[in-house]
Amino acid sequence: MAQRTFKIWRGDSEGGEFVDYTVEVGPGMVVLDAIHRIQAEHSSELACRWNCKAGKCGSCSMEINGKPRLSCMTRLNSLPEGTVTIQPLKAFPLVKDLVTDVSWNFEQNKRIAPLKPKARDADGNHRMMQEDVDRVQEFRKCIECFLCQDVCHVLRDHKKHEKFVGPRFMVRLAQLEMHPLDTDDRIEKIRKEFGSGWCNITRCCTEVCPEHIGITDNAIIPLKERVVDRYYDPVAWFIRKVLGRK
Amino acid sequence: MTTATAPRAIGGHKDSFGATTRSDRWWQGGALTAAGLIFFFGYLTVRAFQGTWLWANPYISPTGAPPLFTPASGYAGAIPVSHAWLGAFPAWWPRFLPQSPAFFFPGLAIAFRFTCYYYRKAYYRAFAASPPACAVAGPRLKYRGETALLLFQNLHRYALYGALFLLVCLWYEAFSAFFKNGQFGMGVGTLVMVLNAALLSGYTFGCHSWRHLIGGRKDCFSCDAGSKRAHGIWKKSTWLNSRHMLLAWLSLFWVAFTDFYVMMVSRGVITDLNTW
Repeated sequence: MAQRTFKIWRGDSEGGEFVDYTVEVGPGMVVLDAIHRIQAEHSSELACRWNCKAGKCGSCSMEINGKPRLSCMTRLNSLPEGTVTIQPLKAFPLVKDLVTDVSWNFEQNKRIAPLKPKARDADGNHRMMQEDVDRVQEFRKCIECFLCQDVCHVLRDHKKHEKFVGPRFMVRLAQLEMHPLDTDDRIEKIRKEFGSGWCNITRCCTEVCPEHIGITDNAIIPLKERVVDRYYDPVAWFIRKVLGRK
Repeated sequence: MTTATAPRAIGGHKDSFGATTRSDRWWQGGALTAAGLIFFFGYLTVRAFQGTWLWANPYISPTGAPPLFTPASGYAGAIPVSHAWLGAFPAWWPRFLPQSPAFFFPGLAIAFRFTCYYYRKAYYRAFAASPPACAVAGPRLKYRGETALLLFQNLHRYALYGALFLLVCLWYEAFSAFFKNGQFGMGVGTLVMVLNAALLSGYTFGCHSWRHLIGGRKDCFSCDAGSKRAHGIWKKSTWLNSRHMLLAWLSLFWVAFTDFYVMMVSRGVITDLNTW
């Protein structure tokens, strides 16, 4: 088995440093395997959040060679030769080593009103056709790894957490806004409270999404266009106000 | 186990411009994009200001099509006055400006591309470094996103309306390129012009605003016959939309190439192979 060096951030919110660990690596190993080996052989107190090890729980998000990725889905042989740098997510407060406090995201989720379904059909059922739910089904693939939140420069670099809800929750808003049964009017909040205008659609969220959700093209831009319908399109405004059409 | 030097930034993250721990060539995408945009838009801007060699019967350069006015004299390879919608440039046209048809309808394409959701990504990254690349810190400037100065980007759909008009005109010009002095035929230039209109169609009908307007704004695609038809069009637009970046570049390249081809034929540098 070959040896490989990992440069891992160790520390907490007060400070810390990069520490180099060299361990044996084998074929098929992912970054999370290497971290577990470091925990077993060098530093049992190295903090790292993980759970399913199958790319479905979204727990093991971290930055590997500077890119936000799931450590359980990043094979070592997919990384270039040399030292592998591993850091915690940048957009959220650091707890310890590779663990960040992502609870801000859960607070954002609470701000979003749940589905407000229209009345049931006469037989007591709700009915949706497949073509109506295709779009929102894509959004349900989200595993809430928050890699998109981490890479979004509005949150990551500009720290606009109080202005912009972030790509993950624009996806959730799109999922509800486009839902064929939802009756809630969310457009005003999408613009004013959740900050659709803060996104400058540079697509990093889409690039890092492990579920390959078209975050920018299928969620954020369609929401921006709906905001344009309501607030910026003078013809749509005229039709709505003067002719009384929605 | 060895200890590396300790940066002060929490988590090893720094905020200075360009700071990143990415080990790949993260700057390459932005640099290539900037080079491509400068080259193609630079070329087309120069050609727009030249106003010459825009016509090689029956071919017209997209830089000058459709021509509202055309110079009556003094411009080699100019579009014939009979082909311009309103004839020769009027006497009130400022002397300091070249008499170029590019200053009218072809300018609609600039508005469309400038406000396009793909190009916004491209130039925000390549020129404004906002961000320079994913997970690479941008300049420490006040950030307002598209909430203040860039609010005008929300009018992209109006640029789309202009582009749709332009597209109809370019298809008409491509169709006209099958006829030389009233005689049906075709040449390499005809194929170049048809492909130009086709690529521009692919780019335009994959536009995010178009995709929204023709169906994306609906929550229910199955509710009535009109919505079902809209769903069919929306799915086709979605297919094109997923290739929007590719079509943006291909169509930009081909607009420049079409202009270059017409210029070369017009100047007599190359001979157009044709059936006439």
